[in-house]
Amino acid sequence: MNARPTTRPERDTVLAWLAEVADPEIPVISVLDLGIVRDVRWDADTLVVTVTPTYSGCPATEVISADITHALEQRGVAQVRVETQLSPAWTTDWLTDSGRDKLRRYGIAPPVGRAGGHEVAIPVSAIGRRPAPVRGVECPHCGSLNTRETSRFGSTPCKALWRCDDCLEPFDYFKCH
Amino acid sequence: MSEAKIEYLLRLGDSALILGQRVSEWIGHAPIMEEDVALANVALDLIGQARLWFGYAGELEGRGRDEDALAFLREAHEYRNVLLVEQPNGNFADTLVRQFLFDAWHHALLEGLSQSHDPRIAEIAVKALKEVTYHLERSSDWVVRLGDGTEESHRKAQAALDELWTYTGELFAADAIDAELVAQGVAVDPASLREAWLHTVQAVCEAATLTAPPADAWMQSGGKQGRHTEHLGYILAEMQSLPRAHPGARW
Repeated sequence: MNARPTTRPERDTVLAWLAEVADPEIPVISVLDLGIVRDVRWDADTLVVTVTPTYSGCPATEVISADITHALEQRGVAQVRVETQLSPAWTTDWLTDSGRDKLRRYGIAPPVGRAGGHEVAIPVSAIGRRPAPVRGVECPHCGSLNTRETSRFGSTPCKALWRCDDCLEPFDYFKCH
Repeated sequence: MSEAKIEYLLRLGDSALILGQRVSEWIGHAPIMEEDVALANVALDLIGQARLWFGYAGELEGRGRDEDALAFLREAHEYRNVLLVEQPNGNFADTLVRQFLFDAWHHALLEGLSQSHDPRIAEIAVKALKEVTYHLERSSDWVVRLGDGTEESHRKAQAALDELWTYTGELFAADAIDAELVAQGVAVDPASLREAWLHTVQAVCEAATLTAPPADAWMQSGGKQGRHTEHLGYILAEMQSLPRAHPGARW
């Protein structure tokens, strides 16, 4: 049986526990690496974790809430509440550096550049045979920059399909969002 | 006051949901694998956005209807989506032209709603706008590719544009609900979106060698008030069959 802590664990302790909760779709990174945990606080005897969704329709969101609750209960926290917060909207700028490294080693190219909010205007003049929206995406297999997008959408909402023109391998790119 | 807001939220949610449902009909049937994945992603984004609008509508209504009750337990005449989104998928050009005409409007609308005085509406709009930016880029690229592609793809894209054009007038027509919420700074005046939309549509049509029908052509209307084309009933019959046959069913 797990020992029930008699005092509330420190915030840093809780964060260390959350650093072990994996993203259900990209299990090499944690929910902290993903930057979706926005706050951890106590509301009386309830530990409240505030999470922001990545994409509106991402089916992993509900699994993530359940995984966080389960992990904290395993650590002996009796009452956990996961709250959802939409604003400020999640951005890949919040991916941690270690998360980016883990993605690369897993075979997913991490986002290039900062989202920052620049993408809200569609340059109409550029529509039609638009060049690749991102340059400098490094192939996670061979390191080449001679890569291109094959589809803006990939196996999960957060990724695009790319291929390397040197080693000819397809790979996932974690879109700058 | 909140009656009008609930109605407005249902319009936003219903348009996103019905287009999401329509687009998801393609899954497993798209011409290439990458497009199958793209269509599924677009559908998922739209359904996710619908959930956010419905969640807020249900809370304001305060009658215990959650997102599922709003999606699955309303009849066609209670749906408030624009007519454009319920039009059949047809061929790939029909689907992508419909998507483009919608995306160009949706993008301008969400940009406006990002400034809404209702903070909940503004935060949903900011989140959705990031996703819809991808949708508009993809659909405008496809319209150019189909329009300026082969003779056959050009003919099909032009036919789709001619067929769907009559459903675009409604996107910019304000009624009393719009007027009330615009006065409160909550909603965007639909008429104010027309210029930006037309600019995008004309630029893309030009690049696509397509001819947009005249802006003053006769237009259909009624979706926002619950008067739909015959297609919506069939969509709802399929979408709602499981929760209607098995009330309270859970995954």
